Amino acid sequence: MTAVDEAPLSAAGNPIGFGSMKRVEDQRFVRGQGNYVDDVNLPGMLHSAILRSPFAHARIVSIDTSAAEALPGVVAVITGKILEGIPRPSLLGDNFAWMPTLSYDTQAVLATDKVRFQGQEVAFVIAESRYIAKDALELIDVEYEPLEPVMDAKKALDADAPIIRDDKGQTDNRITDVHGNQTWESGNKEATEAAFVAAAADPNCVIVEEDILYPRVHPAPMETCGSVAYLDKVTGQLTLYTTSQAPHAHRTVYAMVAGLPEQKIRVISPDIGGGFGNKVGVYPGYVLSVIGTIVTGKPVKWMEDRSENLMSTSFARDYHMKAKIAATKDGKILAVDVYVLADHGAFNGVAQPTNFPAGFFNIFSGSYDYPNAHCLVEPVYTNKAPGGVAYACSFRITEAAYVIERLVDCLAQELEMDPADLRLKNLIKPEQFPYTSPTGWEYDSGQYEKTMRVAMDIAGYDELRREQAEKRAKGEYMGIGISFFTEGVGAGPRRTMDILGLGMADGIELRVHPTGKAVLRLSVQSQGQGHETTFAQIVSHELGIPPEDIDVVHGDTDQTPFGLGTYGSRSTPVSGAAASVVAKKVRDRARIVAAAALECSPDDLEWELGRWFVKGDKERGKTIQEIALLSHSSLELPEGVEGHLDATAVYNPPNLTYPYGCYICVVDVDPGTGQVKVRRFIAVDDCGVRINPMIVEGQVHGGLADGVGMALMELIAFDEDGNNLGGSFMDYLLPTAVECPDWELGETVTPSPHHPIGAKGVGESATVGSPAAVVNAVIDAISPFGVRHADMPLTPANVWRAIQGRNVRTDMAVE
Amino acid sequence: MEITITINGEQVTRDVEPRTLLVHFIREDAGLRGTHWGCDTSNCGTCTIWVDEKPVKSCTMLAAQADGHSVTTVEGLEKGGVLDPIQQGFIECHGLQCGFCTAGMMLTGRALLDENPHPSDDEIREAISGQICRCTGYKNIVKAIQWAADNPATSEVTA
Repeated sequence: MTAVDEAPLSAAGNPIGFGSMKRVEDQRFVRGQGNYVDDVNLPGMLHSAILRSPFAHARIVSIDTSAAEALPGVVAVITGKILEGIPRPSLLGDNFAWMPTLSYDTQAVLATDKVRFQGQEVAFVIAESRYIAKDALELIDVEYEPLEPVMDAKKALDADAPIIRDDKGQTDNRITDVHGNQTWESGNKEATEAAFVAAAADPNCVIVEEDILYPRVHPAPMETCGSVAYLDKVTGQLTLYTTSQAPHAHRTVYAMVAGLPEQKIRVISPDIGGGFGNKVGVYPGYVLSVIGTIVTGKPVKWMEDRSENLMSTSFARDYHMKAKIAATKDGKILAVDVYVLADHGAFNGVAQPTNFPAGFFNIFSGSYDYPNAHCLVEPVYTNKAPGGVAYACSFRITEAAYVIERLVDCLAQELEMDPADLRLKNLIKPEQFPYTSPTGWEYDSGQYEKTMRVAMDIAGYDELRREQAEKRAKGEYMGIGISFFTEGVGAGPRRTMDILGLGMADGIELRVHPTGKAVLRLSVQSQGQGHETTFAQIVSHELGIPPEDIDVVHGDTDQTPFGLGTYGSRSTPVSGAAASVVAKKVRDRARIVAAAALECSPDDLEWELGRWFVKGDKERGKTIQEIALLSHSSLELPEGVEGHLDATAVYNPPNLTYPYGCYICVVDVDPGTGQVKVRRFIAVDDCGVRINPMIVEGQVHGGLADGVGMALMELIAFDEDGNNLGGSFMDYLLPTAVECPDWELGETVTPSPHHPIGAKGVGESATVGSPAAVVNAVIDAISPFGVRHADMPLTPANVWRAIQGRNVRTDMAVE
Repeated sequence: MEITITINGEQVTRDVEPRTLLVHFIREDAGLRGTHWGCDTSNCGTCTIWVDEKPVKSCTMLAAQADGHSVTTVEGLEKGGVLDPIQQGFIECHGLQCGFCTAGMMLTGRALLDENPHPSDDEIREAISGQICRCTGYKNIVKAIQWAADNPATSEVTA
């Protein structure tokens, strides 16, 4: 199987199964009828605002809220001291001032002793309007005693570094994970070290080393985070409308945090205005809206403003990497070793699903076949916002893909080899799948060389190299950058993956009504991915019911079965598989009903799309719609078959799926100004079977823009005093339509062998794969100036400095 | 202070604080929630609406400044149960994903086409360059606006 058969069309013109189909959800969005959290207004609802710390590190001496409380319209002002006085009947601590993080650390809901990053939550005002709530913030008088902050991760472990987490009795800024480890190691250390020793001694080998920073960035969805909480004191029911990518997981976390009975908690994620990992975590603001309704007895809305979003909820990356690669002089890779200093901010709040707390970073060996790889990750606290795993990173595969793809280009430069040739020489071969990587991943399927050649053909690679040579001769600096990435997505197998002890299997429920129309209830949560369309297509593919006859329900924990939500490109690999499985259960039940109606044995029946018929007598059969009605009728069914077609399923994936791709970026660099123009970008993705190619391509487009943004402009930097220098859209630059080229896409289709419909996740592929292509292109352009590496973002100033041979710290406002 | 703004052809009169932002007036006083808010600094363009037929970021303007003026929001694009071609174009070309920036993008696109019925791709990119989309990478937004340019009379009747 290399491609999907074209599906027949329904009466409404939609594919009965897979194929490009216009999205169901667009009808409400183009009319302005979406329903986002800030659109939720409940009777008597109060508004809120959070007072945040202006300091990165300071002791709180006193907080005077009296003037704020006296402001007409203010209902309550809550501080950390007040939260400390609210007992919490929970296993996770005895009061509300602190909450657990997704990595078993603790995080202040409102600061009590110290503030530990600029923008940290200090007080919470509840008022009759959002304007009054904001006014009240100005009237709260906080006396701080400023402390020296730790802003440079490289100084966090210095003997004289200020201690950030004295609340935990720490005497240094090391992070200790739930297993008691302070460093995280993966791969074969001894063999990798031996390979480097041997390479160093071998005149036919080279070793290339580079310091590579993946700076702190932010997912910045257009909709910020927010919530509306309402506790009905009579019934004890807490309803929380919230910007959550994982409503069920959040429900369980709120039950743990608030000590409320879980059956009394209903989490509703209505339309979500983009997530990209920003809406996975449980933030103090959400918890405060819950506390607000408990305190006031009224619904309380909290919505971040943009600066709060950029400064406090969910940064991404901040990985300081020292990487080295050994290879033979004719370009065969032998070993890769990476050391990472991981800046986790003031609280270890990363969401990660494995026993390896650096997430999926240890897939860094990439798409190449070599035996030895090793990494050591050393996490530290700094006086920055918590987070780390976000921004479409597939649990840190962004960092992994970036480091190996940068390293391979550095090696190509050292060997004076074409980077395409070097990659082609080392790519894992089709016959090697399933391929076990040196760090233990089992890649499921791939035709890497084929995919790369498709990308090179679209790009006209050889012609581009000729053009480059001609331009260089004229003093013009054009660059061509390649990246080849492999992701592991679809967390994940229950035996090895969980978040806070919650296994990562997804539930699903399919109801088939008597008239043959269906409702599919999902645990995963769309933030723009188009689940209402694609999941209907999966059921349609399995049952032959037209997609327009299938409604998809999601985003409400009272209406849907349990599952861990949408992030890490897991919707299609896990819930998409569940949709196929549950539809096949319905199909099997339908077979029994059809057999009863046709007075034959189920074994005598054969399936074609939308109907069961008697083998050898195609005219004798029943459509799925006829069977649905029969299943509700007085038709006598075999013993043990109760009727109806409704079914449920839980899908526990046997492995991750491994989408991959080859990206080629073409840039022109003005050496006088350092300005980079992305002229072309070619992306060939292989995500297995494509359910809705239009939606897949749309997701790739979005991720490619992320790559241009991160490579060229996006950055959360700090000054030495702890000031966040990326705290607004005037400072945190995102790509617009004029920085993005007209993306050129291609595809290959290598189905996942273990996924029921052969699909792989794709939502993050382009964000993971594209930054390296852009950076490799820019470095390729300016390599005649002797540049082998420069850190992102490659702003005009940073490119210009690199051309001048100056080393630059992009993450700190120092030189 | 009492102000009157004509929104999508209907007069809306409210007593507001002088500091009320136009975006908040539209969303909360007029109850039209199709206009979204995305940043504090007028960079993202999510809140783009028309004041007297010209695209304006409604977070940069006080409601009082729009007193006596005419405002059009996304809810005003559909006429008599018929989608504007710009709306249809966004559906046809997959010009939206999460839907949050979409209202502003469509209003800018419609205004562009009203002035320049056959823009080049570069002109479209320039026109929407004050607005940020995090989902689409812009390509399909450009296509959607071109679709509307190519199909000025095409529309879909709402059931």
